[in-house]
Amino acid sequence: MTLSAAPSSRARTLRQRARRNRLRRLPAHLLVALLLLVVIGPLVWLLLGSFKTQREFLDEPVWALPTQWNFDNYVTAWTTGNFSQYVLNSVISVFPALFLMLLLGSAAGFALEVLVWKGRNGVLLLFLAGIMVPLQMILLPLFTVYFQTGLTGTLWPLVITYTAAGLPLTVFLMAAYFRAVPREVFEAAALDGAGVIRAFFLIGLPMMRNAVFTVGLVQFFFYWNDLLIALTFTNSGSLRTLQVGLLNFTGQFGTVEYGPLFAAICINVFSMLVIYLVLNQRIQKGLVAGSVKG
Amino acid sequence: MKQVLGDKRAILTLVGPALIVYTVVMLVPVMWSLGYTFFDGNAITGFRFTGLDNFTRLWEDTKVHDAFVFTLKYAAVVTVGQVLIGYGLALLYVFVLRRYSATVRTLLFFPIVLPTVAVGLLFQQLFSIAPQTGPVNSFLNMLGFASIDWFGDGGSAFVVIAVMDIWRSMGFYGVLLYAGLVDIPEDVLEAARTDGAGPLRLVRHVVLPLSWPVLVSAVIFSINGTLKVFDSIMALTDGGPGTSTSPLTLYMFQTSFTYGDYGYGSSVALLLTLLCLVVTVFIFRASRRDLTKG
Repeated sequence: MTLSAAPSSRARTLRQRARRNRLRRLPAHLLVALLLLVVIGPLVWLLLGSFKTQREFLDEPVWALPTQWNFDNYVTAWTTGNFSQYVLNSVISVFPALFLMLLLGSAAGFALEVLVWKGRNGVLLLFLAGIMVPLQMILLPLFTVYFQTGLTGTLWPLVITYTAAGLPLTVFLMAAYFRAVPREVFEAAALDGAGVIRAFFLIGLPMMRNAVFTVGLVQFFFYWNDLLIALTFTNSGSLRTLQVGLLNFTGQFGTVEYGPLFAAICINVFSMLVIYLVLNQRIQKGLVAGSVKG
Repeated sequence: MKQVLGDKRAILTLVGPALIVYTVVMLVPVMWSLGYTFFDGNAITGFRFTGLDNFTRLWEDTKVHDAFVFTLKYAAVVTVGQVLIGYGLALLYVFVLRRYSATVRTLLFFPIVLPTVAVGLLFQQLFSIAPQTGPVNSFLNMLGFASIDWFGDGGSAFVVIAVMDIWRSMGFYGVLLYAGLVDIPEDVLEAARTDGAGPLRLVRHVVLPLSWPVLVSAVIFSINGTLKVFDSIMALTDGGPGTSTSPLTLYMFQTSFTYGDYGYGSSVALLLTLLCLVVTVFIFRASRRDLTKG
């Protein structure tokens, strides 16, 4: 009797404690629900808006659902709004820059961390200084140079500026990743007759696949979402990147066309959402690593 | 052994390209920009030496004063908001949600990867008053309040800007600070709990001191970002109404590219750079002093 009563009474107190726990956690759960509503609510409203007509925007209450679900607004934004061109411009300027900054940055990171030479700490510090300097300090001289060399009017200024502006953080992070690898690994490879440069390309770079991808992801978000550099160096409508195009979007129609505007914002927001849903753990780790650079 | 990894030609090949690009596109322009501060004019019209005129102008320009004060006010409010709410979220993740926090973390982190321009245009619509009453004003109406013309004066426009930037980044700071909090050993917390520390005392006397370094680096990172704010304000208010929400970055951009005054623009950029430097050093110093005292 006593033996069987003891577990059951303990089960009861456990259940009571669980219920009390759940009650005590209620405010926390409400808080979480409120936070999620605040973060996700505007995005849902944005998505709904992208399906509404101009009439619905002006006459119906803001939280009314769209009456039909078609992609007219997206077609308008994509064609009349020139979004196809803007996306292409963004791709042409951001991806070559990413490739270059990752290649040059990891090579430099390798040379600064793995190789042994005098002055490497000084050079690393020099790169670090670049993280602190506001971009505003380099825009005007660069504009002068691009103008005088005739690069203005192409997307080259964006590729060049993105590459250089991304280098400090890339070098810093890659050097930090290489620090974790024992130097003997590369020493052995180089001694085996591969040479240092081949050791970097055949062993160092493949070994750092994940790190390079993470750094690339972080830089992708920085420069895909860049406005300042793109706004400074694009002087004609046909060169606009996605962000500059979006900023000027309302100007193209005279009066504000809400549907296409919402669709345009949606294209921008939900393409990022897709990438985020697939890679969210890496993105979180990468962005946090990118910020602890101070 | 050292000789293999000290191969001069390999070092030059690996670090050279990055160093050249970085020097030519960033370091030289920074110096060049310093030189511009003594001149008047721009890339198209040519330059004229004016000595220290730009600096005396900087000192007397009321627009610069306003932009300077706005920048500081914005940086202070948004940094405190981001880091405080972020810290609150981190505490929520670690002590209340515990193992179940991953999903909440991931969802609240998401807005930071969104293009700022898209978020700016979205918030313009969320807080709009005419021709469409936006969700925020509709909500106010529902509660029986009159609609607010949010972008009609500098004060309320500032509120929207601050709300937007905190909305964007609170989840990011939550994850950043969470990374610092999970490192606190469980037995330290357990020891404090058995000594009878309640939740508040636990945070004040155990968690806060142990997460202090992460908190300081979050503040430094945040203040460096907020002092350089550009995209969000450009997209949301374009500095208006009038120039009531113009930070230094926006004023620099307008001076340089709308009025073609490179010399004065460079001076404003220099002021911004020095401001970032001084504030960072100040926080760094202040935080160290506090740590030795507490």
